[in-house]
Amino acid sequence: MTRTIPFIIGFLLVVAPFSTPQYPLHLLIMILIWSLVYTAWSLMGRFGLVSLGHGAFMSIGAYVTALLWNYSGISPWIGIPAAMITAAIMAFLVAYPCFQFKIVGHYFALVTLALSEVVKLVIIASRDHTGGSLGFTPNREGDGTSFYALQFADKETFYFVVLGAWVLGLVIWRLVDKSMMRYALDSISEDEDASAAAGIHVTGSKLKITMLSAVLTALGGALYCQYQMFIGPEVIGGIGISLQIVFAVVVGGLYTMMGPTIGAIITLLMTEIFRNWITSLRTEGIDLAGLDTSIYGLMLILFIIFLPKGVLGELIDRLAGGRQKDTS
Amino acid sequence: MANQIIATEALTKRFGGFTAVDNVSFKVDEGEIVGLIGPNGSGKSTIFNMISGALRPTSGSVLFKGQEIGGNLPNKICHMGIGRTFQIPRPIKRLSVLENVVVAAYFGQNGKVSQAASFDAAKDALEMVGLPTDRGASISTLGAAGLKKLELARALATKPELLLADESLGGLDNSEMDQAADMLKRIRSEMGITIIWVEHIMGVLMRVVDRVMVLDHGEKISEGLPSQVANDPKVIEVYLGTDASDVQASASSQKEL
Repeated sequence: MTRTIPFIIGFLLVVAPFSTPQYPLHLLIMILIWSLVYTAWSLMGRFGLVSLGHGAFMSIGAYVTALLWNYSGISPWIGIPAAMITAAIMAFLVAYPCFQFKIVGHYFALVTLALSEVVKLVIIASRDHTGGSLGFTPNREGDGTSFYALQFADKETFYFVVLGAWVLGLVIWRLVDKSMMRYALDSISEDEDASAAAGIHVTGSKLKITMLSAVLTALGGALYCQYQMFIGPEVIGGIGISLQIVFAVVVGGLYTMMGPTIGAIITLLMTEIFRNWITSLRTEGIDLAGLDTSIYGLMLILFIIFLPKGVLGELIDRLAGGRQKDTS
Repeated sequence: MANQIIATEALTKRFGGFTAVDNVSFKVDEGEIVGLIGPNGSGKSTIFNMISGALRPTSGSVLFKGQEIGGNLPNKICHMGIGRTFQIPRPIKRLSVLENVVVAAYFGQNGKVSQAASFDAAKDALEMVGLPTDRGASISTLGAAGLKKLELARALATKPELLLADESLGGLDNSEMDQAADMLKRIRSEMGITIIWVEHIMGVLMRVVDRVMVLDHGEKISEGLPSQVANDPKVIEVYLGTDASDVQASASSQKEL
């Protein structure tokens, strides 16, 4: 029974765009893009490498792709890989010194937090090219649908693009999970010295997973840009987005493949509900702007205390716990 | 047989103004079991940390099979063929007992073996030390003796030529200590691994080792056969004290075993 669930969900995901109105389809696309980013973050986050700088990698993915397109006419098909490589280089430049000097835990998180701000400030400061805080819009190609420009006027086509990217993210998560690398990183996350004594290249292993995570995040950023056709330094980067990533993964579950996706579904639906609610209240003259952020903050604290494995992690634990009792 | 496997020359480690290891030179031949003893803080673990790459020597050199290895990364030294255990066991709690050893088997060979081969090697190592080889066994099922065995299994799984056993059997009862000592003997005889054994309980060590080195305040104060060292007045003064007669008895009982 449980084995058929993935196939049913897979089938529903494939037929979804043909039977779904535009607004839910838009939500679905956004959920898939963010799920990819959250999955990318959890690739390293699950090993105790907590990054508060993934907004930077998203920004790099989006801005490098869009700038190459607008100023050099380079197709996103080349621009996106270029952006992903740029993100990998950036990840290396930041992470290598950290790992070499054993900057771990909170200190690593602080360094990455600085990274997300630095990238945001660089984008704002280069306003002549990037549009600064006002944001940036990739040039439309022709009537808005072009395979070469990776632009699609209809949501249905784009849906399948992001569905593919999301599946790619899950596949990579799975491959890492099944590899010896996972054991190495689990080991490193608990005891770097003991791991090194067992022959593990500590710095190298951490660098690999960090760069992989950054590359996938950049892909998410680029797809966001291609879909929304608008990006801004705060829309797609900065501390706000970096924290949003952490929050969603914590909510969904850090240690399971589908956790980040569940996190994306919960947080995006919540955001939509809050937005509609606050807007409707405003028409009645009650201004509650900022309420949603406050509720997120409160939820984050409650989740970390009471559901540290996230919604999905907790659910799986309970199911597995019930099963274990049966066998023993 | 008398091929030298490891040697240190004027090995020194200073932490600020404190000299933890002072000008220590020694040689160990292939196939030997050498005991390294001394009171707490005499520099035994610091020497291990310098050989295994966890610490960079302040001066002096470490030669493994004639090659300078001082200051290399621990993982590289592991790949060269030096395995180590930690004085306080450092298991990875989120991995199972078997997985802990598999990691060492796989990465200890620098990832040049298949996953299946690492699982086999890990099971061999676990059998050698007498721990369960089933996939499910979790670290929390192991007691103090079990955790020390796991340390040993992890080190063995990296297929070392030289084993640095930071044993410190304190916390184990007499039969467990004897078991551990016999295990080291078997590791040498069955796997042909040279062993340097750090310990501060001397009795059990004296029974097993070929040679002993004694450290005090970072300096080597004595070296030789167990029976010689146990009767060395300098060793008795700084270290053995009133236990001297017990240890001497233990050292002389070696021939009977």
